Amino acid sequence: MKGRVLVVDDDPALSEMLGIVLQADGFEPFFVADGSRALEAFRHTRPDLVLLDVMLPGKDGIEVCRSIRAESGVPIVMLTAKTDTVDVVIGLESGADDYVVKPFKAKELIARIRTRLRRLDESKPEVLRLGDLTIDVAGHTVRRDGHVIDLTPLEFDLLVCLTRKPWQVFSREVLLQEVWGYRHPADTRLVNVHVQRLRSKIEHDPENPELVLTVRGVGYKACDDTG
Amino acid sequence: MFRSLILRWRRSLTFRVVATTLLAATVLVGVSLGYLLVRVTNGLVDANTSKSIAEANVGLAAAQQVVLQASESGPPSPSEGLADSLMNSLVSSNATGTAYEVLLLDGSAAVDTMLPERGTNLVEVSSIPAAMRAQVRAEGREVWTYTTIEYVGQPSEPGLVVGALVPLGSDAAYEVYYLFPYGELQGTLDLVRSTAWISGVLLVGLLGLLMSLIARHVVLPVRQAARTAELLRAGHLEQRLPVRGEDDLAALALAFNEMAGSLQTQIRRLENLSRLQQRFVSDVSHELRTPLTTIRMASDVIYEQRDDIPASLRRTSELLHDQLDRFELLLSDLLEISRFDAGAAQLETESVDLRDVVGNAVVTARPLAQSRGSDIEVHAPDLPTIADCDPRRIERIVRNLLSNAIEHGQGRPIEVRVAADDAVAAISVRDYGRGLDDTDLDRVFDRFWRADPSRARTLGGTGLGLSIAMEDTRLHGGRMAVWGRPGQGALFRLTLPRVAGGPLPTTSVLPLDPTAVEV
Repeated sequence: MKGRVLVVDDDPALSEMLGIVLQADGFEPFFVADGSRALEAFRHTRPDLVLLDVMLPGKDGIEVCRSIRAESGVPIVMLTAKTDTVDVVIGLESGADDYVVKPFKAKELIARIRTRLRRLDESKPEVLRLGDLTIDVAGHTVRRDGHVIDLTPLEFDLLVCLTRKPWQVFSREVLLQEVWGYRHPADTRLVNVHVQRLRSKIEHDPENPELVLTVRGVGYKACDDTG
Repeated sequence: MFRSLILRWRRSLTFRVVATTLLAATVLVGVSLGYLLVRVTNGLVDANTSKSIAEANVGLAAAQQVVLQASESGPPSPSEGLADSLMNSLVSSNATGTAYEVLLLDGSAAVDTMLPERGTNLVEVSSIPAAMRAQVRAEGREVWTYTTIEYVGQPSEPGLVVGALVPLGSDAAYEVYYLFPYGELQGTLDLVRSTAWISGVLLVGLLGLLMSLIARHVVLPVRQAARTAELLRAGHLEQRLPVRGEDDLAALALAFNEMAGSLQTQIRRLENLSRLQQRFVSDVSHELRTPLTTIRMASDVIYEQRDDIPASLRRTSELLHDQLDRFELLLSDLLEISRFDAGAAQLETESVDLRDVVGNAVVTARPLAQSRGSDIEVHAPDLPTIADCDPRRIERIVRNLLSNAIEHGQGRPIEVRVAADDAVAAISVRDYGRGLDDTDLDRVFDRFWRADPSRARTLGGTGLGLSIAMEDTRLHGGRMAVWGRPGQGALFRLTLPRVAGGPLPTTSVLPLDPTAVEV
C-alpha cells in the first residue's frame, strides 16, 4: 500500500471512478459523500491524504478543509469545478495544499497525489538554521528556542527548499516545480498563498518578513545573513 | 480675483442671474437718473441765469443813468467820485435781493487814461475770463458766461458773470461785471443729486437682492436635482427628489423621479439577468464537469490498457480519448466566452515580466509547432519588460495567437516579438502561412469563424481562441490589431498599457503593416 486516501465527494460515479484509479495505482481509498460527516471520517480513517470536492452537501469543501486543517497538517488536494479566481484563492487560503480542476486526467491526479505524499530525501540526518529557527530535516520539525513550530508537510518542504539555498532567489515557477512537482507552468498563486501561510507561522511579524523575503518581480528567498 | 469671478459666472446660475440683473438695473437707473438730473439742473440753472441777467440789466441801466447825469456838464472826468457813485448805483440797484458781487474795471481803449477801479467783497479780477473781457471791450454790449468766482483769502465758488461796457466819453469806458455766486443753487443741486444717486443705488441693490432670492428659489431645486442625479449615477438607485406643490419645479421633480424609477427598474432587471446568467454558467460548469471528469478518467483507464483489448475496441478507445480532449477544450472555451458575456471576467493584475509570460506560452506551444515543422523565434529586449497585467490571461492570449499561427503557418517559422516603451508594451506573433485577405481581416475575431470553411480544424482548435484573445485584450484595456496578406502570412499585435487602468494605447511599439485593421 502506498497510502490511505480519503475521498470526500458527493458524486457516486466520480467517487467510484476515483476509487478504481487510486486502487489501480496502489492506494487504499476511503469514501465519504457528506461534508458534515467528513471530519468524523477523517478522524476514523487517519488518511495520508485527503481528496476534497469543493461543492458538497451538508458542509462545503472550504469549511471541511478548514476543520481538517485545524487539527492536522495532512496534505489536502481540492477537486474544483470552479476556475473562477476568487474560489481558487479561498480554497487555498482555507488550507488546501494543491488543487486540480475538473475535468482532470487520471494521470494528472495521481501525479499530484504522489508529489504530496513524496517526502524529501531523509536518508541522512540534516539540520538547517534560518535566523533563530532550527530545522531538523529528517525529524520533520522546526524549533524556535526549543519550542516546536507546527508546519504542514507542504510548508515544511517549502521552508527547507528555500533554506537549503539561501543565496538563491526562487521564482514562483521554480518553487512550483520543486515543491509542488509541476512540470508545466501552473498557477503561481499556489506559491503566494502558501508563502503567506508559512510566514504567518514562522515570522515574528508576518507583515514585515525577515526570514522568507520577497524579491519583487522575481520571487522569494530565505534570509542568509545569519546562516 | 478676475479668474475666480469668471469661474463663478460659469458655475453659478444664481451668480449669473444676479450679476446680469445688477448690470441691467445699473445701466437703466443710471441712464434715467442721469437724464432726470440733467433736466433738473438745466432748468434750475436756466431760471437762475435769466434772473441774474435781468438783475444785471437793472444795475447797468442805473449805471448808464449815473454816467448820463455826470455828462450833462460836459464829458465826465475819470475821478474817484464818479467811480464811487457808479459803484453805488450798481450795488444799490438790487431789485430782487439776490446776492451778487460787482467789479468796476478800467475798460478804456487809450493807454494813458487811468480810471479808478472798484470791487465788492474782495472779489479777484481774475474771476473774469480774459476772453470775456476782450469781448466786452470789443463789442460793448452785454455779455454773460459761467465762471469760477475767486475771492482774496476765501474759497472760490462757481457762478455766473454778466459784463457790459459803460462808456464815459471819447476814449474812456468802464467795464462793469456782475458776479452771481451759485452757492445756494449748487447746494440745491447737490441735494437733488445725492438724493437721486442714493435712491438709485438702493433701487439697484434691492433689485439684486430680489433677483437672488428668486434665482435661489428656482436654482435650489435644480441643484438638488443635479445632486440626486449624481447620487443615482454613483449607484444609489433609490434616490428621489421631493415633490412640492404643482408648479414647474414640481413637474420637473416628478419627471425626474419617473426617469429614476424607470432606470432603477431597468438596471435591476439587467443586474438580475446578469446574475442569473453568471449563476447559470457556474452551475452548468459544475454540473457538466463532474460527469465529464468521470468519463475522462474512465476513458483514461481504458486507453491505458488499449494494448490488452481487441483491435476494434482499441481504435474506439483512442477516438474516445482524443475527442474527450476536444470536448473538454470546447467546453472550457465556451464557459470562458459566456463569462465574458456575463461581465463576470475579472483581472488578477500583477507586475510581471512579459518576457516570462511569453516564454511560458512558447514553451507550451513549441512541441506542437515542431510537430508541424514550424520553428518559434522569440525576439525580446534584454531588459525585463514589466507590465501590470493578468499573467494567466496574457499567456492565454499568446498561446491562442501561437496556436492560430501554427494552424495556418504551413510549417514556416513563427516570429514572436516583445517590446515596450514608458507607456505601453506590445507582443506580436507573425506567421508566413496562407495569410488573410481583407474580408478575413474583418471576421477573424468572430466566434467559430474559419478562414476556409472547407478545411477542418486540424489542430482540434475550438474556433474560439481568437475571440477569447480579443476579450482578454479588452479586459486589459489594450488593443489587438491584425495584419494579413494572402500568401504572405499574418501578424497579430497585442498592445497593453503598462500601468493597470492606463489609457487605451493609441500607438504601439511594434510595427504593423499599414493595412492594419485596428479593433
